[in-house]
Amino acid sequence: MANDKHSLRVTDKYSPQVISVSSWRAFTGTLKRDLLLVFRRRSDVVNPLLFFTIVVTLFPLGISPESEFLAQIAAGVLWVAALLATLLSLDSLFQQDMADGSLEQLVISPHPLAVMVLSKVLVHWLVTGLPLTLLAPLLAVMMFLPDEGYSTLFLTLLMGTPTLSLVGAIGAALTVGLRRTGVLMTLLILPLYIPVLIFGTGAVISAVNGMAVAGHLAIMGAMLMVALVMAPLAAGAALRISLNG
Amino acid sequence: MQVLLSGQGLSCERDDRLLFKDLDFKLHCGDVLQVAGPNGTGKTSLLRILAGLLPDYDGELYFQGRAIHDDPDIFRENLLFIGHQPGIKLNLTPEENLRWYQSLYHPANKEQIFHALAQVKLTGFEDVPCYTLSAGQHRRVALARLFLQGAPLWILDEPFTAIDQAGVKEVEQLIADHAKNGGGVILTTHHNLSLPTELNVIQLGQRQQSETEQT
Amino acid sequence: MWKTFVAWFHRMGSPKWFYDITGRWIPWFAVASALLLIAGTVWALAFAPEDYQQGNSFRIIYIHVPAAILAQSIFFLMAMAGAVGLIWKMKVADMVAKSCAPIGASMTFIALFTGAVWGKPTWGAWWVWDARLTAMLILLFLYFGVIALQSAFDSKQSGARASAILSLVGVVNIPIIKYSVEWWNTLHQPATFTLTEKPAMPAEMWVPLLVMVIGFYCFFGTILMMRTRNEILEREKRTHWVQGLLSKK
Repeated sequence: MANDKHSLRVTDKYSPQVISVSSWRAFTGTLKRDLLLVFRRRSDVVNPLLFFTIVVTLFPLGISPESEFLAQIAAGVLWVAALLATLLSLDSLFQQDMADGSLEQLVISPHPLAVMVLSKVLVHWLVTGLPLTLLAPLLAVMMFLPDEGYSTLFLTLLMGTPTLSLVGAIGAALTVGLRRTGVLMTLLILPLYIPVLIFGTGAVISAVNGMAVAGHLAIMGAMLMVALVMAPLAAGAALRISLNG
Repeated sequence: MQVLLSGQGLSCERDDRLLFKDLDFKLHCGDVLQVAGPNGTGKTSLLRILAGLLPDYDGELYFQGRAIHDDPDIFRENLLFIGHQPGIKLNLTPEENLRWYQSLYHPANKEQIFHALAQVKLTGFEDVPCYTLSAGQHRRVALARLFLQGAPLWILDEPFTAIDQAGVKEVEQLIADHAKNGGGVILTTHHNLSLPTELNVIQLGQRQQSETEQT
Repeated sequence: MWKTFVAWFHRMGSPKWFYDITGRWIPWFAVASALLLIAGTVWALAFAPEDYQQGNSFRIIYIHVPAAILAQSIFFLMAMAGAVGLIWKMKVADMVAKSCAPIGASMTFIALFTGAVWGKPTWGAWWVWDARLTAMLILLFLYFGVIALQSAFDSKQSGARASAILSLVGVVNIPIIKYSVEWWNTLHQPATFTLTEKPAMPAEMWVPLLVMVIGFYCFFGTILMMRTRNEILEREKRTHWVQGLLSKK
């Protein structure tokens, strides 16, 4: 094994196994741990979904229950609500780890911090973005979204919510060391969400109007790729700063 | 003896306050080094610098004679750091907590984890959620990592916090054994350590001249 | 010994060097910006020809366009200074980045305000969701985020680093935001009249505009140096050279 020379062996007593560290194992280990934590606190999964549903309900109540009118704003309302639900749930992404000291253990572990961040973001998406995506078509019925829009709504959310989780992780990492974080994090991250909102909504509107959506989806895929490469690095750098804030 | 960790000309200034300046030290294999000094003199900052958590310092750190920033991964693989917070998830059991830590380093099976927990007197608590345990028991879960990780270098920030008298004795014995086996330990504590081996001290918060090693 | 001395000198010495050298530059920049801005304003208001469509109201571009250009350049400069501060741990770069933010936000606000004032006679409304104006509005939000983050940290150093990361993320995002807003704009408001994108501006119109842009840059340079010098004095107030400077006066 290539890494054997790295591990300095004091005595055999302290080295039960000669297996080098592996970042993949650390990634899956962190993934399992965070999923287990979510499983132990299931209400955390439900809350963003409830929030999403309530925000969508507010629009017919606040503006007009007319089906023609709602059909027009359906895509935008669903996207804005999904975006806000993601943002609010991101607030706590690193908070618990910071408070109990396991964040500093992640930072000094012999693995790229970006990989560890990616693992945590993946858990966040699995328990927030993915359920939101699955729930959105149901709420679209309540908003009278025309039939042509459903598949595109689902696809754009499927590609857009991971981007939201990734970009939001930067904001969560920048503010995790601060005492009051909620509003500040929203202020930092919402402007960065605008392109995802524009293309997500635009794609659904195009689909409803019978136009091609491949271009929109390609751009959303490109945004996801950029976020996938850069956001974990930025969030990792931000975490190192926040630990010493 | 081989030098495990050494620092040259370490200075740390945090927000216009000079914590220490031109600090040199050498930790040989088999050494126990205590960082001592009154509150607010930078003990925790020094330990965080050594662990690689605090980048705001001048000077150079060497692990086995090689500058750490040249190859931080070798250093990190061989380091076990326990900070102020024990790093224990309250919604997980001690076993699950340790399993996660071992996924970051060397994987351990159930037997090894149970053995380590038995060493810190947590037999019978392996499968209960940590929120039912006391603060002292949380600390013991963290200290169980000392048995699992096999890292030669231990950096422990106040390892005796919240631990009862008998526990302190056991941890002292553990530290002494680790040193005897050729490991190195750097720690801060307000307890009076009673170790069979020689204890080296870095004294912070005094005039510059006295801030040297006493090996 | 020599190495630590060099490290010390580099760290402690460069704010002083920056302070001294900018002290000598500021008068030149101040004079240049005053001359350029006065010349440009008089030229633009009194001598440049009227626009055949908009009449005299178009003359506000002589403020609007330079402010909009500055707003974007300053964000870029702020991110670059932040990156230098992050990578080489250079204190002066952190201070430059910090000084950039409020100036950039003001420029963005001026661009938005003049855009609104221009919008009234042109479109008949104070606010129109024009691509350029919307992108400016989002840029203003980004500036607010950077400023808010800078002041949220207890430690100035951490605040500077955190906002450096945010402004770098912002710089990556600005082209994406601009592109998406322009795309969104064509979708919802096809072919309205957009600011500044005139087919061909005669030289009598764009030369004073160029003078104004350069004048704005000089003005920005002056203000930036003054703000950074203040920041240096504030942060280095415990050092000997600042103490000496204060006791001299």
